[in-house]
Amino acid sequence: MEWASQLCENRGLGSKMTDSKYFTTTKKGEIFELKAELNSDKKEKKKEAVKKVIASMTVGKDVSALFPDVVNCMQTDNLELKKLVYLYLMNYAKSQPDMAIMAVNTFVKDCEDPNPLIRALAVRTMGCIRVDKITEYLCEPLRKCLKDEDPYVRKTAAVCVAKLHDINAQLVEDQGFLDTLKDLISDSNPMVVANAVAALSEIAESHPNSNLLDLNPQTINKLLTALNECTEWGQIFILDCLANYTPRDDRESQSICERVTPRLSHANSAVVLSAVKVLMKFMEMLPKDLDYYGTLLKKLAPPLVTLLSAEPELQYVALRNINLIVQKRPEILKHEMKVFFVKYNDPIYVKLEKLDIMIRLASQANIAQVLAELKEYATEVDVDFVRKAVRAIGRCAIKVEQSAERCVSTLLDLIQTKVNYVVQEAIVVIKDIFRKYPNKYESVIATLCENLDSLDEPEARAAMIWIVGEYAERIDNADELLESFLEGFHDESTQVQLQLLTAIVKLFLKKPTETQELVQQVLSLATQDSDNPDLRDRGYIYWRLLSTDPVAAKEVVLAEKPLISEETDLIEPTLLEELICHIGTLASVYHKPPSAFVEGSRGVQHRRLPPRAGSVESAESPDVGQSGPSEAPPAVIPSQGDLLGDLLNLDLAPPTATVPSVQPSMQMGAMDLLGGGLDSLLGGDIGGSPSMGAGLGAAPTAMPAALGGAPPVGGGLGDLFDLGGGVGMPTGFYVVPKTLWLPAMKAKGLEISGTFARRGGIIQMDMSLTNKAMSVMTDFAIQFNRNSFGLAPAGPLQVLTPLSPNQTIDVSLPLSTSGPVMKMEPLNNLQVAVKNNIDVFYFSCQFPLSLLFVEDGKMERQVFLATWKDIPNDNEAQFQIKDIHLNSDAASNKLQGSNIFTIAKRTVEGQDMLYQSIKLTNSIWVLAEMRVQTGNPNYTLSIKCRAPEVCQFVYQCYEMVLKN
Amino acid sequence: MIGGLFIYNHKGEVLISRVYRDDIGRNAVDAFRVNVIHARQQVRSPVTNIARTSFFHVKRSNIWLAAVTKQNVNAAMVFEFLYKMCDVMTAYFGKISEENIKNNFVLIYELLDEILDFGYPQNSETGALKTFITQQGIKSQTKEEQSQITSQVTGQIGWRREGIKYRRNELFLDVLESVNLLMSPQGQVLSAHVSGRVVMKSYLSGMPECKFGMNDKIVIDKQGKGGTTDDTGKSELGGSGKQSIAIDDCTFHQCVRLSKFDSERSISFIPPDGEYELMRYRTTKDIILPFRVIPLVREVGRTKLEVKVVIKSNFKPSLLAQKIEVRIPTPLNTSGVQVICMKGKAKYKASENAIVWKIKRMAGMKESQISAEIELLPTNDKKKWARPPISMNFEVPFAPSGLKVRYLKVFEPKLNYSDHDVIKWVRYIGRSGIYETRC
Repeated sequence: MEWASQLCENRGLGSKMTDSKYFTTTKKGEIFELKAELNSDKKEKKKEAVKKVIASMTVGKDVSALFPDVVNCMQTDNLELKKLVYLYLMNYAKSQPDMAIMAVNTFVKDCEDPNPLIRALAVRTMGCIRVDKITEYLCEPLRKCLKDEDPYVRKTAAVCVAKLHDINAQLVEDQGFLDTLKDLISDSNPMVVANAVAALSEIAESHPNSNLLDLNPQTINKLLTALNECTEWGQIFILDCLANYTPRDDRESQSICERVTPRLSHANSAVVLSAVKVLMKFMEMLPKDLDYYGTLLKKLAPPLVTLLSAEPELQYVALRNINLIVQKRPEILKHEMKVFFVKYNDPIYVKLEKLDIMIRLASQANIAQVLAELKEYATEVDVDFVRKAVRAIGRCAIKVEQSAERCVSTLLDLIQTKVNYVVQEAIVVIKDIFRKYPNKYESVIATLCENLDSLDEPEARAAMIWIVGEYAERIDNADELLESFLEGFHDESTQVQLQLLTAIVKLFLKKPTETQELVQQVLSLATQDSDNPDLRDRGYIYWRLLSTDPVAAKEVVLAEKPLISEETDLIEPTLLEELICHIGTLASVYHKPPSAFVEGSRGVQHRRLPPRAGSVESAESPDVGQSGPSEAPPAVIPSQGDLLGDLLNLDLAPPTATVPSVQPSMQMGAMDLLGGGLDSLLGGDIGGSPSMGAGLGAAPTAMPAALGGAPPVGGGLGDLFDLGGGVGMPTGFYVVPKTLWLPAMKAKGLEISGTFARRGGIIQMDMSLTNKAMSVMTDFAIQFNRNSFGLAPAGPLQVLTPLSPNQTIDVSLPLSTSGPVMKMEPLNNLQVAVKNNIDVFYFSCQFPLSLLFVEDGKMERQVFLATWKDIPNDNEAQFQIKDIHLNSDAASNKLQGSNIFTIAKRTVEGQDMLYQSIKLTNSIWVLAEMRVQTGNPNYTLSIKCRAPEVCQFVYQCYEMVLKN
Repeated sequence: MIGGLFIYNHKGEVLISRVYRDDIGRNAVDAFRVNVIHARQQVRSPVTNIARTSFFHVKRSNIWLAAVTKQNVNAAMVFEFLYKMCDVMTAYFGKISEENIKNNFVLIYELLDEILDFGYPQNSETGALKTFITQQGIKSQTKEEQSQITSQVTGQIGWRREGIKYRRNELFLDVLESVNLLMSPQGQVLSAHVSGRVVMKSYLSGMPECKFGMNDKIVIDKQGKGGTTDDTGKSELGGSGKQSIAIDDCTFHQCVRLSKFDSERSISFIPPDGEYELMRYRTTKDIILPFRVIPLVREVGRTKLEVKVVIKSNFKPSLLAQKIEVRIPTPLNTSGVQVICMKGKAKYKASENAIVWKIKRMAGMKESQISAEIELLPTNDKKKWARPPISMNFEVPFAPSGLKVRYLKVFEPKLNYSDHDVIKWVRYIGRSGIYETRC
């Protein structure tokens, strides 16, 4: 504490009495001295001593030894002193629980004080003392304070309930504080309402399904009224809470939007962003042709732009959010490009974010301006920023075709600057431009080749080598250039080695006469001297291909490549939707779901946008919603857990599957390029080419050893056929036809369609994997996110052979139900991550609940009766199944195939009543009564279950089974 | 919500540490110091995640304020709160400096206890806080006074207390604008906008209802349609004589009834006592650019640069611009500079790598010029000089956006003074924001 001793001198000189002197204490016997002072009779001296104690506490010294002495000072009329003692108590009570109890009396007494400020202070502080014994005594004062006549006390008590809940949730529930808190939402004072909302929202977060924040049109109306009257902070609490509500229809949605829009003019940016969140979410429900929809879109732009004139830290938060908004609704800001131009004095974090948004907004209309800007930026000082600017120019070229030529010439100008990292970055993006516009800009190759020596980053080297290989016929000294790289082959990174191998093979195929030696050299380097399996494999494949059928090799290696897409860095749509629901929060700043950075159960609820207006989902929404499928949890499903976070952080290695030891982390463009040489190589083989056997036989001698680890291709084929047969196996279980789960567009060429089946008690996920890209896919692995019923792969994904372009493989993956459990919305939702050599892809699909109906689901009659009576009537749901032309027996047989067992049948007045039972894998029983009237194609189905949210899904299974 | 709040000095020593949540431990204090304050690299983000703990920070002179959390908090709110915290501290004890913080640490703890409860921001209006956080003790208050305090802190009009009395009812309106420009070397406007603020100082008795009117295009057009003619709009200031201006967006102090603005576009409010910011706005159309900068940079060989800059003032000749400063950046390898200017004083400042040209006053429709010869040291640095833009500072006595105050009406039905009795002052000041011309 050097500064402390300086101030000590001041004190000695008798200068102005200031608080800073408390930061100084003589080091020896300091505690002892303080003790004496704390026990002094003089009030002033006591107060001075407490101040010193607090100062020591601040700088991290342990002054807990003074606990009894400090607590003794608590009984005082001096509010300032009292507050200091309280501050001390909050810090040390936990370490001295027995002593802390000494304070209880004072707290209880203070809660009765005539001065509301003291009552509030007492209840506020008590809630911060995390000692069980104190908590017990807190309940009574808290109850009184929640009903205090003074709003200041009530608003403090409301927050205290959240504090208490954090210490002892059960106690809060038992004492009925939650109901009192709910009542406070109707309080006459807006600040009380706001704090109650904040407290309830927080408590509800740790009980995702508790239905605590029972938001209905009446409460929403109260909140909207309070919104106009409360403090800026209160408005934020209320808006954040509103964002969790899902309006019943577009009309309600519109009326809420109308009442929220005035908030867009608030001076507090957080109020504005929270209002934007509510609007972005509720807009989803408005029909697009509605006038109001257009008005709303127009209203959103100005406040977003205004956020950019806030302080830099807030600008950063705003820009991260705008990045999401622009991806979700590009139309909002499409005319506002200029405001994202970088200012010279912007902090670097603001600059980088602005650049991102500029690229997203770039279009034919504004591209000239954007390019001029980007060129300016490329001459700046900050390396990261300059690189990003150069990359941005490349992205503009790919995104806006009309600008490509100008972009290329700008990039060439930049290469002329000879600034090392600018040149490297430019070459990487030019390669992408070549991919997008083949045979257009190759004239620049000569310029690029001049810079070969200055490239020291793997990505730039790989890009340059690709260019040389791809255009070998136009570069006179291509062989020399490539040979120069070959010298240090083993020192190169894998990315460069793979690229070099492919490039030399390309060169050989184009100019076979002069380069035979070179190709042999690289093949032997790759296959014999390398430890890298990827490199070796690729080397062998080329070797074999070249030695058996050079013509085929040419077709394969020099095949035409698919064009690369415009937008490669968009956030995955489901994640984007979730992040939109978190606008303004940390999640939107990190662009990660809360579960990725929040520990424990708090705040990890998966948020989704409401279904789009007029979409099938909302049209089909069941009118039987009285049991509210999403509201109460089944007892077996733990409420906490995380979702996408798991998917994001997941280690994709499946239990046993082989995973390549080297995982080059490359950009998509580069990845495609790598695969370029392998195009359709194995596809031909598996397609049943008669020369296959011969081809294998003629492989180089080193081949068997190298492939020893992998199963023979033939074996893989056999497996495939087996699986193909398995799909149609007659088991009585109705299998829905495969649906498209993952379109090729979203997964860099991998298309997955699939369905679920239950065969002989085993749950299987049947998938067809199709490779629609131009490169071979290997190293498949699969993982599920936690889901409602703990579905998890029971083994690795068996894709034994690489998947070549245009090939489809059917795979059947056995599933277990012993995986981690977490409630999903909807209940039967399953989030899947599939990995291959290219990337990790995510999709979600829904399984029929009948998948989980176990074979021993037949209940004893007596048990059935007792259970039926036992389940409260509230849990009963009724459904109509229409247009079924089966008699009751046929229906019963059909249902039995799907493990829905008929226990009893009764016929009353021409009406058959079937009593049926189902057991789910997690031992939940579902009981059903199906009424079938002869001659009436409509069945009535009543379902009873202790976990009523499954009823809806059980009903769907009935319908599915009976109709097919 | 916010889990804790720390204040550090420039060395990273903690001056204030207040923890609100159990999930934040003492080690968080050190984590921020080690990873952010003592980090070798420049700060790359105002939000830092260290071991699943998020730190938000702002800096005021050399003081660091950091808010800590482990939850998914409203990030915008945390920053707004940190700024507010700075405002409150400034209102209580002036500049935020290490000395002031140490001298007032008890007060700061008391404030932190009041304005942040369990990490939730509470009423943080200085006007209200000063009524009961005084460092004097509040023992002497009567019951009525106490309930007045609590109802103000929690009330709908949390920013104003009842029973204010002035002998002379007076109000001051300042229209403060900052005009921002980015111009290409060829004189093309790349971007220009005005961000303006209306700051009000009110010394009014009672609970006055105020209504503020300006030449907002939407309002004027509406009135035009309604058939009522307006007497305002004769612009006596520089630039075009436009009647109304298009406001891109505006935000208001929390005293303004936003729903009323949204539906009728009228600005009505009960003002706080004393000084506060009534509104902020932004315009981009028809901006009067008070100055035009015409740069000419010529490289003469590898060791010499010739720079000529002309500035032209573009407003009514009767008006005077003040505090004019033109900053012409020079390359890092500058060895010497010779400057000639017609007006004002110009100096080469080696430490700032710039020629700074200052002119005290300049009337409208005038022109002035500076020329400089910059000698360069030969370097083998391949990298070209980045040529930062020429920036400019100035102050002009009009609003570059063209905004005019049309009226500010005051009604106080309970007290016997009328709108006519209130003395009103309006002042316009236009300042340069980021006013840059590339060269």
